[in-house]
Amino acid sequence: MTAQPRVTISDLTLRDGNHAISHQLGAEDIRLYSRAAERACIDVVEVGHGNGLGASSLQVGRAALSDTEMLTAARGELRESRLGVLSIPGFSTVERDLKPALECGVDEVRVGTHCTEADVTRQQIMLLREMDVVVKGILMMSHMASTEKLLEQALLMQGYGAHAVILMDSAGAYTSEDVHERISTLVDGLEMEVGFHAHNNLGLAVANSLVAIEAGATIVDVTARGFGPGAGNTPLELVAANLHAGNVTTNLKLLEAMDAADLADETFIKNVPTNDSVTIASGIAGVFSGFASHARRAGERFGVDPREILFELGRRGVVAGQEDTIVEVALSLAAKPAEDASDATTSTN
Amino acid sequence: MLNVAIVGTGNVGSDLLLKVIASPHLNCGMFAGRRAGSPGIVMAEDHDVTTSVDGIDAILESVDSFDLIFDATSAADAKRHWAMLEPLGASMVDLTPANLGKLCVPALDLEECVDERYVGMVTCGGQAAVPMAHCISNASSGLNYIEIVSTSAALSVGPATRANMDEYVVTTQRATHEFCDVQEAKTMLVINPSEPGSVMRNTIAVPISESVDMDELLLTTAAMEERIRSYVPGYRMIVPPVATSDRILLTIEVEGRGDWLPPYAGNLDIITCAAVALAEKKAEANQ
Repeated sequence: MTAQPRVTISDLTLRDGNHAISHQLGAEDIRLYSRAAERACIDVVEVGHGNGLGASSLQVGRAALSDTEMLTAARGELRESRLGVLSIPGFSTVERDLKPALECGVDEVRVGTHCTEADVTRQQIMLLREMDVVVKGILMMSHMASTEKLLEQALLMQGYGAHAVILMDSAGAYTSEDVHERISTLVDGLEMEVGFHAHNNLGLAVANSLVAIEAGATIVDVTARGFGPGAGNTPLELVAANLHAGNVTTNLKLLEAMDAADLADETFIKNVPTNDSVTIASGIAGVFSGFASHARRAGERFGVDPREILFELGRRGVVAGQEDTIVEVALSLAAKPAEDASDATTSTN
Repeated sequence: MLNVAIVGTGNVGSDLLLKVIASPHLNCGMFAGRRAGSPGIVMAEDHDVTTSVDGIDAILESVDSFDLIFDATSAADAKRHWAMLEPLGASMVDLTPANLGKLCVPALDLEECVDERYVGMVTCGGQAAVPMAHCISNASSGLNYIEIVSTSAALSVGPATRANMDEYVVTTQRATHEFCDVQEAKTMLVINPSEPGSVMRNTIAVPISESVDMDELLLTTAAMEERIRSYVPGYRMIVPPVATSDRILLTIEVEGRGDWLPPYAGNLDIITCAAVALAEKKAEANQ
């Protein structure tokens, strides 16, 4: 008799990972990795543009493949592993994006929004429930709201019919204490499952994921080698090893999970995510992880320190999807030093 | 002077009412919602405007006395309302993204809309961004792709808008196609919860691969900014057309007059001022 798995593994290599290569995953990459994920008995394989369905754009980056091309490639390789997508209302619409995705054979949909705006997910969550699709709510950038606010927003999603809520530390800004407090509050206050999604800006992705599980989370988001925006996500293979060491039950096959990560590393991961001054600044500023690469480009083009761009974005409280602000901030910072320099010259004269 | 009615007493309806009251060419004969004691109804009563909580029924009762009905409810309700009003010969200016007929962006097609019985005011993002998209289109010989991203403050985005995210996107895209020569138009909507509210912002972008005459674009967008400022004074181009590594973009900020919500909620003004501009044009044509 096998024990009921305690933790569901959601592998976002083929969705969040897409951020790390400007959404350029190809069909063969998706096929190869999906096959490896299936062998590793990963529960959910999420596929798509880094910002989900319908998000391919100048604003957040244009993808090499259409949503349906990506989903079709994965679908052909997955049997036991479920195929998942992310849908962010305002980026994706039901008719243009969600319905075609479901026709590709998607098994579950995560409907996401900024952590204080859960009511915009109502339309899509309720529709998906009516269609009998497994649907999970996502609260993005969750470090920007209090624990009480997060519970209130998660309760809304529960009321719409969501099967689970996943708290995203989209900026990689949480300490382990933050994670414990928020996850345990949600677990106590909700009837649905609770999940956690970490980023590694402060070097805590694995640790925080384990803390979340300890606090009662039953879904954990991972990617091969932490493949993802900025400093990356929680590495699948390290979570697999730690859960194995801690005797936490999952469906995962340890060696096959490591194989999947190796395969990703040998094929489409160009640079294994690491921490540098820009990703650390991004975590300190509490800015969406996906902004780091845009800030680097804007910094280079307009001659500004990308860290200053990120700090200013943090001060302004920008949220995921506001990438257009980066150019404006870079231009305004570029205009500043000239004034400062002239002031300095005047004062020394 | 046109005698108008407003159905929908949320953020858009309330801001619209204050602009109608301020207009020398319009009189509001009925402000109809569904909830007694709602902030909008209370404000209207303070201004001695006739109010009702019977919604569209209050307007249907004396439909002949109104020259024009503004709909500031939701896309689904506006559809239902027009189905009732159309056979009665009424005229409607629709501030929801119901997308039922002629679309009006005053800076681009005001004259053509005067005699239409149904006119849709697109969306707030459409009103702010489509005129600039039109400038980019004119500065090129046809575009493959254009994109509009609008960000509004959470406090200004009421429940009807939140329930109409898809309609918002579809209607804004339709307006972009109507006023631009472009193969594919994409619209995205972002809500920012910062407090105090962040000023409504719109970025219009095309890929760097499009051939756009930048000198012409700088001139025409500056002229368009002036034209829109004549009915929305807080409309300003905070990033004039600029080329980045992968695109040509410009960014507009819209600050409102602060009539109903504080000035950050320019997303209200940009659509209510457009609706009033159309109504005043109709009033002028009526004389």
